[in-house]
Amino acid sequence: MAQNADRVLRDPAALPRVVLTALVLLLLWPGFRLTEFDLGVLFDPRNRETMGRFLGTFFPLAFSGEFVRLVVKSTFETLAIATAGMTLALLIAAPLSLIVTRSLSIARIGPGPGLWRGRLLRIPVRLALMVFRSVPEIVWALLFVRAVGLGPTAGVLAIGITYGGMLGKVYSEIFESGDTRPAVALLEAGGGHVSAFMYGMLPVALPELVSYTVYRWECAIRASVIMGFVGAGGLGMQMELSMRMLNGGEVSTMLLVFLLLVLLADAISAGLRKVIE
Amino acid sequence: MSLAFDRVSLVHPNGYRALADITLKIGAGERVAVIGPSGAGKTTLLRLMATALRPSSGAVKTLGIDPWALDKTALRQLRARIGMVHQSPPLPLRQRVVTAVLGGRVGTWPLWKALASLAYPADIAGARAMLERMEIAEKLFERCDRLSGGQLQRVGVARVLYQQADLLLTDEPVSAVDPALSDRVIGELSREAQSRGVTLIASLHAVDLALHWFPRIIGVRGGEIAFDLPPEQVKDDMLRELYAAESAFVPTQSGPAIGTAAPVSRRKPLCS
Amino acid sequence: MAAAVAGSFAYLAIDAGQLFSVEAAAQMWNYFARFFPPDFSPEYLAQAWRGTLETIAISAIGTLLAAVLGMLLALPASGRFGLAARIASRFVLNFLRSIPELVWAALMVFAVGLGPFAGTLALAWHTTGVIGRLFAETLENAPPEPALALQLAGVRPAAAFLYGTMPNVVAQFVAYTLYRWEINIRMAAILGVVGAGGLGQMLYMSLSLFQQPQAMTIIIVMLLLVAIVDAASAWLRRYLEG
Repeated sequence: MAQNADRVLRDPAALPRVVLTALVLLLLWPGFRLTEFDLGVLFDPRNRETMGRFLGTFFPLAFSGEFVRLVVKSTFETLAIATAGMTLALLIAAPLSLIVTRSLSIARIGPGPGLWRGRLLRIPVRLALMVFRSVPEIVWALLFVRAVGLGPTAGVLAIGITYGGMLGKVYSEIFESGDTRPAVALLEAGGGHVSAFMYGMLPVALPELVSYTVYRWECAIRASVIMGFVGAGGLGMQMELSMRMLNGGEVSTMLLVFLLLVLLADAISAGLRKVIE
Repeated sequence: MSLAFDRVSLVHPNGYRALADITLKIGAGERVAVIGPSGAGKTTLLRLMATALRPSSGAVKTLGIDPWALDKTALRQLRARIGMVHQSPPLPLRQRVVTAVLGGRVGTWPLWKALASLAYPADIAGARAMLERMEIAEKLFERCDRLSGGQLQRVGVARVLYQQADLLLTDEPVSAVDPALSDRVIGELSREAQSRGVTLIASLHAVDLALHWFPRIIGVRGGEIAFDLPPEQVKDDMLRELYAAESAFVPTQSGPAIGTAAPVSRRKPLCS
Repeated sequence: MAAAVAGSFAYLAIDAGQLFSVEAAAQMWNYFARFFPPDFSPEYLAQAWRGTLETIAISAIGTLLAAVLGMLLALPASGRFGLAARIASRFVLNFLRSIPELVWAALMVFAVGLGPFAGTLALAWHTTGVIGRLFAETLENAPPEPALALQLAGVRPAAAFLYGTMPNVVAQFVAYTLYRWEINIRMAAILGVVGAGGLGQMLYMSLSLFQQPQAMTIIIVMLLLVAIVDAASAWLRRYLEG
């Protein structure tokens, strides 16, 4: 009886809680060692002095004439990298997305010799799109910087490839999710791929396509700044150089410009999308 | 003196006058039921007693102290002595029942004990004893969102019982509980008040419950006290007048038993 | 639109014709051919495994730190300590969030030196901004009645928060933190390209040493890691919903 009362008065959640806590601690403990976690480094007097001096130089912002000209130039370069990169992405995505869109397959309407050919073509294209978008843009940038040298070209290629992969996938999804009956009807009536797409599919999907592309362009601006850190041109590359020279004022000026640029891109893309819808 | 209201009025910020000129004295150990139609000011009256609201004019003394003359710490200490059962129990739905009940005494615990109790409940036996009185001991380690409305209300009562307050205020504590259990819950509250000699004030929608369990009945209508009498002196026509604006019937637990059309002589409670 | 595109290419002085020439394509082919076959020697795979563990550790510890800091900042940001504290803490959160992880990583490499600790801190700063804002919104949307009722029973505000508000928000906090952790694993894999540890740093080093097959190994490991995280999170989500 007393034993029974004891059991009633024991919290059944206690054991699971202890086990879960122990498990989490057990898993996190090596994490602290692997990350060389040491808050002492932050407060190490020598380190603190260098960092303090570096942070101290963040204010005032750098506004010398020559530097401002450089910042303006890099900002335009960043915008140009994003825009040119998106153009390249569009050139990659447009044909590839048409190939992988199943609704546009003539062969699927009536089984024929084209069926296997279509599938054989779609699989590698799908795979290519997947590789393009799965490798992060900064890794592509790292690779292209070594292929074509430091500078904006590597950035354009990296954005083109990564975003080409993303756009290609999303475009074909948009095509499939829209009303595919007009296009299929045109195909069944003996129309070609291109005319079926132009008259049956594009008109329905266009607003969504443009809206998504504009949104991606906004992302591309952010990405192009970040890719600058591995040498792919633009604002990021200048920021990295200023950091290396421990010139905090320049870094903070460029951070500010970056934030304004992101806000501006956000506003432009929101405005454009509103116009489309 | 447990409660003293001297010409207390409450005007809401939107200008609505919820209570007008209430003067009232309730002694220590008294058991009082507050009845009246919806919107009469029952909840406002209880919230004033609980120091949740500050009167627009007039003087309130709770447990002999003017709460609005106290500093923060003293007010908190006073509030720890007041137990309030809210109509819709303000319990976090993802909390376990045991923690919800123990929450009643956190006001008197040091912070370390409150924290430790979240890791392992500090007084499982105490919480269980209170739940037993509400006949839901088996829900001790359940989560609140697994409970029905009536069960949740009883957890709310168990929490206030656990609080061991000197002044028990209950705002329609059994509105979602079925009649048989309602009687049991009000009975437990009443016993608690009697055995510890503390004051119990309950606003009730069911008139029969009020008349059965409470030696003093206050009828409230339109923000004023309509009558303040022992139950034997509360006449049917007084009840009918009290509820005249609301409906044709005086509300009880089992529906329209005291109809206005056909006066009923029965005074006995309708619940078993 | 066309003008903007043409202008962009002209501004960057990229000769599109040269870029897409046969010669350039051949060069590119030669360059990428050097990445194959990937280096699958046991020694290098062991190194890559360590890099993967380091990446996961960076993301986990960074997210954990961010959850703690985010919680501390979310309290004032949800308006619990007055308007001034709310505005100030929101400003801090917005600032932390606006600067991308990679920029934080570059800054942290200067602050604490090359290595995984810099990556951990970088993720922690940015994620604090993101998570803190989500936490603050959750707190603002939580029902106030339970905590108010406890305060009416003489419970001091801190304890009332623990007993009245926390139970309602803690599940949401955990969900947000896990969701952010998933994103941070991907991020931790690439942060290393500025020297902040993990797989990214191994990739950077192997490319700098012209060891392209090893770089390819790291890229494959990165892709695998992301795929596994995706699958695991999809499974977990279905498990939690079902």
